[in-house]
Amino acid sequence: MHYAAGIDVGSLSTEAVILDSEARIVGESILETGFHSTRAAEKAFEAALAHAGLPAEAIETAVATGYGRISVPFAAKRITEISCHALGAWRLFPDTGTVIDIGGQDSKVIQVGTEGRVLDFTMNDKCAAGTGRFLDVMAAKLEVPLEDLGRLSLEARGEATISSVCTVFAESEVVSLVARNHPREEIIRGIHRSIVHRVVSMVRVVGVQGQVTMTGGVALNQGVVALLSEELGRPVRVPAEPRTVGAFGAALHALKGGA
Amino acid sequence: MTLLPAIRYRFMKDIGAPAAMRFAKMGKKRPARPPDPLFAPPLAATRRLKELISRHYFLSRYTRGAMPVAWVTSGAPVEILRPFGYYTLYPENHSALCGAQKVGGRMCAHAEEHGYSPDLCSYARIDLGHALTGNTPVGRLPRPDLLFASNNICQTVLYWYKILAARYGIPLILFDTPYRFADAEGGPDLEYMVGQMEAIIQQLEGISGRRFDREAFSRTIDLAKETSLLWGRVLATMKARPAPMTIFDAFAHMLPIVSLRGLESARGYYRLLLEELEERAERGVGAIREERKRLMWDNIAIWPRMREHANLFASHGMAFVTATYTNAWAETTPLLDPGRPLESLAKAYSCVILNHHLEHRLKLMERLIREYRVDGLVIHSARSCKPYSVGQYDIKRLLLERLSIPSVVIEADIADERAYAEEQTRTRLEAFFEALEEE
Ligand code: SF4
Repeated sequence: MHYAAGIDVGSLSTEAVILDSEARIVGESILETGFHSTRAAEKAFEAALAHAGLPAEAIETAVATGYGRISVPFAAKRITEISCHALGAWRLFPDTGTVIDIGGQDSKVIQVGTEGRVLDFTMNDKCAAGTGRFLDVMAAKLEVPLEDLGRLSLEARGEATISSVCTVFAESEVVSLVARNHPREEIIRGIHRSIVHRVVSMVRVVGVQGQVTMTGGVALNQGVVALLSEELGRPVRVPAEPRTVGAFGAALHALKGGA
Repeated sequence: MTLLPAIRYRFMKDIGAPAAMRFAKMGKKRPARPPDPLFAPPLAATRRLKELISRHYFLSRYTRGAMPVAWVTSGAPVEILRPFGYYTLYPENHSALCGAQKVGGRMCAHAEEHGYSPDLCSYARIDLGHALTGNTPVGRLPRPDLLFASNNICQTVLYWYKILAARYGIPLILFDTPYRFADAEGGPDLEYMVGQMEAIIQQLEGISGRRFDREAFSRTIDLAKETSLLWGRVLATMKARPAPMTIFDAFAHMLPIVSLRGLESARGYYRLLLEELEERAERGVGAIREERKRLMWDNIAIWPRMREHANLFASHGMAFVTATYTNAWAETTPLLDPGRPLESLAKAYSCVILNHHLEHRLKLMERLIREYRVDGLVIHSARSCKPYSVGQYDIKRLLLERLSIPSVVIEADIADERAYAEEQTRTRLEAFFEALEEE
């Protein structure tokens, strides 16, 4: 039996996935990147190995992806997260036509073709609105744990309007809504609507095709997922662990022989 | 022309400038470098190009009192100025040079401190920054005596040049080209433009106190036309596989066709360059060592990132073989006709890509894609240049539909290095390369 690894060094978190030769996940890990991406990659790799109960020598090929992909010395190859998310999502849901990946610092929409190939993509990498960062800022302002945002937003009966597309200005809108005693759930739902609007306009740029799969940490937020499928008018599927799809795709590339 | 400055200018031109160029070269003799793993040896003509540029800016400093200086927009029919003996400088070109030296941001900041919006084109901001502070990496540009602008490229130049005119208290000549919503030839638009040309000639006669020399004008048109045709042939050498140069080279080599059009020096330069390129193409020498895919570039160059991008693309075996931007100076100037100078000038300058409807641009791109056997398109969405960047997402979609040409959009700026996200751009480009390689 031989194994392959994929390591996704993002700006906020680093994930590692280990696959056996049948492309089954035998180990995975998620860590904070911190300020040293090489160390984060090594640590995540070790944690995934420990999870799989394997020694490092068991890994035939490792592929690195994510913004820190160049700082993974033990990777045989570096592949962008765009190709990795496409391949990973396609492998999990072979009828995937569109991938929406919302991470901590950027978001992307990828059009996926046969065998998980990238047909087209668009990215929002200039602006915090439309990324997980937007939710972080808002959760902190509302003093709500990040993981509770989704549940609370689903409980809301109405919805506050957040009109600014800028994170900083939206934050001050939230402050004034709080000051006016607007129900918290409704504010949260409004915040989710705002991020979803940003993402949907990106989706329109490349166009939706086939089934939609959502990856990245924000996919754990059911509130965002629900609004996204409402706005797109079609179901949005989320893998069991949306955060490791990039690392999973990298590991699949590694399995293909680092190609 | 007063005698003393005229003599000084002549002296600098014939003796001073060549001596200074030689002097600049002295001590710069680098030891022979080992062959570059990515690129073929540099073109010999490049050295001549550098001389031409330095000489052009160097000599401009000796024009005071010797000859009148005009600042001209890249799309203005400069041929009409030539018989009056203006020394012509192109603020856009100067801004691009500042951009390439990564000082554009600093010069833009000067303009911004004076209240100009960061959303204004960076060519304009750099030039205004220069006009306000006198700072420039090439040494001070000579004060203009005349401004000559055409709105065939954008409306920005109009207001930018009005500001310059007010600042320097000098005349501004405007050539207005109605936007081409359709392909129709002739008609009232053409008459309107020819009428303006006649008026401009009268205006120039009044300003300069000289009669317009129609014969010299015809000769200039002839020269400009021949130079444009040569430039077109220079670009066409990239149809060869592998291409003997890339668009990154062409970006550098376009200076003479933009800034020295209608002068002997530009024609001479392109003869030299063409000869070298044709010879390379014949021997099968590619500009990059391994040409795997052939790409097209849309929009103006990202001047501050030329070197990095050239390396990035070459290291992935991606050769840029054509661009709408470099092509712009080969596209319409061949329409020039010394027999019908004014009419042909009006046609050539109003038919430029930025003054034309989108379908025209698409057709042009489709033709280039076929002729240059292009595999993919890189679209630079330039923060500065709205007329060039508007409609790019439609172009992207339509080219995919019509010719199955994949493309990627990168967001950057032409000369303001601050509007650039290194990692993000690299990721977009590399993802695009990966997708192309999988085809
Ligand atoms: S870059 Fe665009 S906006 Fe700026 S002067 Fe040129 S055409 Fe006008």
